[in-house]
Amino acid sequence: MFDFTLPSLGADMDEGKLIEWKVKPGDAVSKGQVVAIVDTSKAAVDVEIWQDGVVHELLIEPGERIPVGTVLATLLEPGEEAPPQGAARGGRQAGARAPAAPGAGAAETARLRISPAARKRAEALGVDLARLNGSGPGGAVTLADVEVAVQPGAPKAPEAAPAAHPAADRNAEMRRAIAAAMSRSKREIPHYYLSETIPMARAQNWLTQANEGRPITERLLMAVVQLKAVAAALAQYPEMNGFFRDGRFEPVQAAHIGVAISLRQGGLIAPALHDVGSKPLDQLMRELADLVKRTRAGSLRSSEMSDPTITVTNLGEQGVETVMGVIYPPQVALVGFGRIMERPWVEDGALVALPTVVASLAADHRVSDGHRGALFLAELRERLLRPEEL
Amino acid sequence: MRISYREAMRQALHDALASDPRVFLMGEDVGRYGGTYAVSKGFYDEFGPERIRDTPLSELGFVGAGIGAALGGMRPIVEVMTVNFSLLALDQIVNSAALLRHMSGGQVSVPLVIRMATGAGRQLAAQHSHSLENWYAHIPGIRVLAPATIADARGMLAPALADPDPVVMFEHAQLYNMEGKLPDNWQCDIERAAIRRPGSQLSLITYGGSLPKALDAAAELARDGIDVEVVDLRVLRPLDTETIAESVSRTHRAVIVDEGWRSGSLAAEVMARIVENCFYDLDAPPVRVCSEEVPIPYAKHMEGAALPQPAKIVAAVREVLNV
Repeated sequence: MFDFTLPSLGADMDEGKLIEWKVKPGDAVSKGQVVAIVDTSKAAVDVEIWQDGVVHELLIEPGERIPVGTVLATLLEPGEEAPPQGAARGGRQAGARAPAAPGAGAAETARLRISPAARKRAEALGVDLARLNGSGPGGAVTLADVEVAVQPGAPKAPEAAPAAHPAADRNAEMRRAIAAAMSRSKREIPHYYLSETIPMARAQNWLTQANEGRPITERLLMAVVQLKAVAAALAQYPEMNGFFRDGRFEPVQAAHIGVAISLRQGGLIAPALHDVGSKPLDQLMRELADLVKRTRAGSLRSSEMSDPTITVTNLGEQGVETVMGVIYPPQVALVGFGRIMERPWVEDGALVALPTVVASLAADHRVSDGHRGALFLAELRERLLRPEEL
Repeated sequence: MRISYREAMRQALHDALASDPRVFLMGEDVGRYGGTYAVSKGFYDEFGPERIRDTPLSELGFVGAGIGAALGGMRPIVEVMTVNFSLLALDQIVNSAALLRHMSGGQVSVPLVIRMATGAGRQLAAQHSHSLENWYAHIPGIRVLAPATIADARGMLAPALADPDPVVMFEHAQLYNMEGKLPDNWQCDIERAAIRRPGSQLSLITYGGSLPKALDAAAELARDGIDVEVVDLRVLRPLDTETIAESVSRTHRAVIVDEGWRSGSLAAEVMARIVENCFYDLDAPPVRVCSEEVPIPYAKHMEGAALPQPAKIVAAVREVLNV
């Protein structure tokens, strides 16, 4: 038997609220399957499981707010027999409620947290307290919860919980989460910054040709060319790709690039575009479009939240020339692209007007030095000068 | 009329001295110096050294003398400069003043008023920053008052003097400079707690120097749409359980603010009474905001951090309401 715990879906997450289980006891699950939806300060995230097995017991009920690391469910290894009744494993958070798990043995029922006033009122009104979601301290059911439950049109089941998260709260929470992550970054990470102006005429021409004859929906964007170029450069300079944790750098082979996506209501998320280096541009374009759409709709997968090994931010559309970014911990680098614009350019001794872009690198000085950073940016420039190889 | 707490107390003393020849004021520096907190300024010239008596630095001695005078038919007001020094007079207050009616089988009573400043917040360091109201509120046989408003500073002394048994009045040193309107009907009882700000979501229960902080916190919470009631205990012994219970039964939640240390505090007593009387009306566990359990620091920022503050009160209220 093994535990399924709430993963950290980013450096700025320390708790989440379970919205929905996608599995029930007895279901077989496979690696990568979405098993639950968890609300973080940023989005409702589809949480995946990373081990094959059979769901044994769900320990947390939808609506509960739980810290990262909480055991959400127990699972049996493939082929493992269910233990005898009553042998349910511990490990639940104190005070957490055990759900009724039909067919999964005796679900122990922890005492519900109900305020004395709520209990008295519920008795008078004939309300079933076990059906209510607590909004009080520690998730306790309060008087107001009981009174809301008897109003006409009141939500009957805890599944309606997500609606109780007003947009204003979400925005404030996201602001707090961003504030915490960025403060930590500036507190802990000794940033250094480099920038390089890259001629983009060849890349633009190549892109125009590549898009010729394609329907609008399948056209490539320069953003995806830039992402692929970053991934190619990372292969040469692995010290920009990975995590700095517990005092040391953990390089990552694959380039899972966090793409900074701003949200219409404010704030931003940088979910991972997985393994950019090994995928063709067409596929990357489809995945990027899907990622942006799902980010704005608030339905991301847990691996997309926790996997980015580097972040790329593109503020060119907003019209700035240069971005000097803040690294998202525990990553060790951030690449920024500004606007592609025509600038005076000297080529072969002649002054010409050329489209160029300023690419910048913010990198962690604990992991790399300016010399390597400069070589990385030079490599990025070379890659963008030879777009046909991407 | 707008006056200071100090002026309100001065007027109350002046009234008492002017209207009853049995009343006299006694204590360290109350005469020629005009009182450590300038409450009796000018009294020495007006009423003379017989009735405004400077005493040696001997709390045990002059509180005892006050008890003797009360037994002899006078109505003494003894000013022990601060609660810190009153520890030297504890034997007279606890063993004599509080108990003589009982020990004499009801033959004598001690109509004595003892005034003392209390509390921290002025960088006077650990030995001069105590809040020990709860020690006195523990003792049967004395009444303990904590005037926290201009009206109570003006109005509490007269009924205290009329009480046939000893009364201890705590004046928080941070309140003397507070200014406010003296209402026309400042006459008051020394029996009941008072609701200083009506509210519906939570009862913020406090007394003395913490009242202005609680009111500040309530005002800040109101800006966020959180409606909090503020209850001023006023009388620390005997506690007005009825008013506390009525308020908490209505709001279902309580935060108690007390500058005393948490362990064995008045806040603990209030909380116990809430649980005894309102258990089935409670919608969340009551919470206390007390001083940190350390000697009160001298350094300003640390002293501030050790005491209840509006921000701590706001945080406690939000915790209880889970908002």
